[in-house]
Amino acid sequence: MYDASLSSGAAPKPRGKSLLVQDARTRKRNAAEKRFRAYGMTAILIGLFFLVVLAVSIIRSGVPAFTQTVVDVEFTLTEEQYTAAEGELFKTKAYEGLLIEQIRDTLEARGLEVAFDAGAIERLLGKPGGTLREHYRANEQDLGSPVSFKLAAASRVDGYLTGRVTREALQDSRFMQASDLDLIDALVSADIITRAFNWNFITGADSGVDNPGGAGIGASVIGSFFMMLVVLALSLPIGVAASIYLEEFAPQNRFTDLIEVNISNLAAVPSIVFGILGLAVFIQFMHLPQSAPLVGGLVLTLMTLPTIIISTRASLKSVPPSIRDAALGVGASKMQAVFHHVLPLAMPGILTGTIIGLAQALGETAPLLLIGMVGFVARGYPDGVLAGFTEPNSAMPAQIYTWAARADASFYEKAWGGIIILLIFLLTMNIIAIILRRRFERRW
Amino acid sequence: MKDNHIAENEVATKNIKIAARDVQVYYGDTHAIKDVNVEIEDKTVTAFIGPSGCGKSTFLRCINRMNDTIDVCRVVGDILIDGEDIYDRKVDPVQLRAKVGMVFQKPNPFPKSIYDNVAYGPRIHGLARNKAELDDIVERALRRGAIWNEVKDRLDAPGTGLSGGQQQRLCIARAVATEPEVLLMDEPCSALDPIATAQVEELIDELRQNYSVVIVTHSMQQAARVSQKTAFFHLGNLVEFGETDKIFTAPEDPRTESYITGRIG
Repeated sequence: MYDASLSSGAAPKPRGKSLLVQDARTRKRNAAEKRFRAYGMTAILIGLFFLVVLAVSIIRSGVPAFTQTVVDVEFTLTEEQYTAAEGELFKTKAYEGLLIEQIRDTLEARGLEVAFDAGAIERLLGKPGGTLREHYRANEQDLGSPVSFKLAAASRVDGYLTGRVTREALQDSRFMQASDLDLIDALVSADIITRAFNWNFITGADSGVDNPGGAGIGASVIGSFFMMLVVLALSLPIGVAASIYLEEFAPQNRFTDLIEVNISNLAAVPSIVFGILGLAVFIQFMHLPQSAPLVGGLVLTLMTLPTIIISTRASLKSVPPSIRDAALGVGASKMQAVFHHVLPLAMPGILTGTIIGLAQALGETAPLLLIGMVGFVARGYPDGVLAGFTEPNSAMPAQIYTWAARADASFYEKAWGGIIILLIFLLTMNIIAIILRRRFERRW
Repeated sequence: MKDNHIAENEVATKNIKIAARDVQVYYGDTHAIKDVNVEIEDKTVTAFIGPSGCGKSTFLRCINRMNDTIDVCRVVGDILIDGEDIYDRKVDPVQLRAKVGMVFQKPNPFPKSIYDNVAYGPRIHGLARNKAELDDIVERALRRGAIWNEVKDRLDAPGTGLSGGQQQRLCIARAVATEPEVLLMDEPCSALDPIATAQVEELIDELRQNYSVVIVTHSMQQAARVSQKTAFFHLGNLVEFGETDKIFTAPEDPRTESYITGRIG
């Protein structure tokens, strides 16, 4: 109750100062506020700086992976030459000889004289004879007319042109010799060597350790896709059902407290622990196929569940209790109240949590290495949808890890390129999350 | 003349809608409601008054078992509606709440359209067989909620976009849409301005013709204006219950008198 006697005491003392002059205390407070703002700005600027550095270095190192050095030769094969070559014992060798002649003629026509042999061409282009023969055997109508071939150059040619391989540092080896560099220079000035967009990097599968030029991330993207399907199909319903039960229906007792504490702890368990668990349970005990996206998806589901449960419970909790009261008040059952009113209101939060969980799973490497989804497994596309789940495959981050660990410096470039692809996927997922949030929020 | 009067009295005493017998409510170890005995009549407005924390809202929430949602809450004693014990094992609170509607302190429309707000109850109880019937029910409920004229052109607009007073009347319409027999109101005007309060009070008076209305209020003027019976709660006890006129003019209990005259509370 209000007590009138309190105010009858001493009247407040006048401060005795003008409002136009800041007193010491005010000055101190204002200075503290200014300082704090400066700290905040600094923190954000530092963050931005690192973000820019990261983005620039990823793009600088990764973009070359999307282009490839190609030797662009126009080649004409007459029918006589074709029959003659097919009659030889070493057929591809014959085609190679014809190609070398063609290149020599082209260079001479431009007035460039360089001595080179078949060995040099093989070091630059691998075994081009096979490519030519395959083409003509499949397209006999091309015989007699000029055909333009884009032959992928070896990674060291790439390296020489991008400055990674230099004349001084080069040691003659079976991969490249100093004389080859002259040939490359000549080919460049004859406009035979160009750079082209490397579709194979996006659509292809992993190649062997000595063929970085042929390596592509496509198969691992498919692996990641099937894995994410498993994760989404399992972790969303299980996670949401578990959180609805825990949040809305479960009695508050020791047992549910224990479960809650454990879920929070699970979110902090290192992913490699889930990996070894998956190896022991899914592969060694349940005998599911090794290296399969199905197993990868199961392991990542275990990892994603705590994230989804925690964020779903938080968003269920944030729905005002008055909505539950309102629904119960008109005679809705508990379940109707939850499913008709609480869940739709919590949907944006649930979706955000789910997509964050999925993005985490998409970028996870360690558990996949343990269950055998390493990069070199991704040698081709699966045959069909079912095989997509069960056939050995890799996933994007594991593929990147495998490339980064390889000796050939060209793989390093591929690893960065792979990271660009991975980031594009993550960005897409985040954009989807934002769009879905907007959609669901606009309805209300 | 005299005979008529007696007959009226008999009707009034016979129609006991809600009867509470020795009701005790515990929140964990706290004894929130002590020995409450009260008989609430049909087609009257009964007001519960009393200082904050006296248990009037708690008791109100016992009448449609909204306290079930609170884990630590325990109710002892009998509450009968039409002679049936609502705390009987066989009673499903969902069925009970369809019969006993509730309006809350803060307007809490669903974040859906005005139409869906009102239609939700009838839909889940299967009161309408088709769209036309549902439209009918919604219109009738909105008319009873005295808000039809304001919203009839924008039934698709979100209910949360209405003003506070309109929202509360929408909530009342939503509560009456399920054809309840009792309407519980927990300080329905505490979040409203005087004009909206006047509208809601007028509405309560009209609702009396069809329902037994129980209203919890902090405002004694409001209790005096809208109710025929008044119950005064203090520290978990039902101190006095009787005709509103009598409570406000000649209270029997000294505690009632001091509350009404503003000395406690």
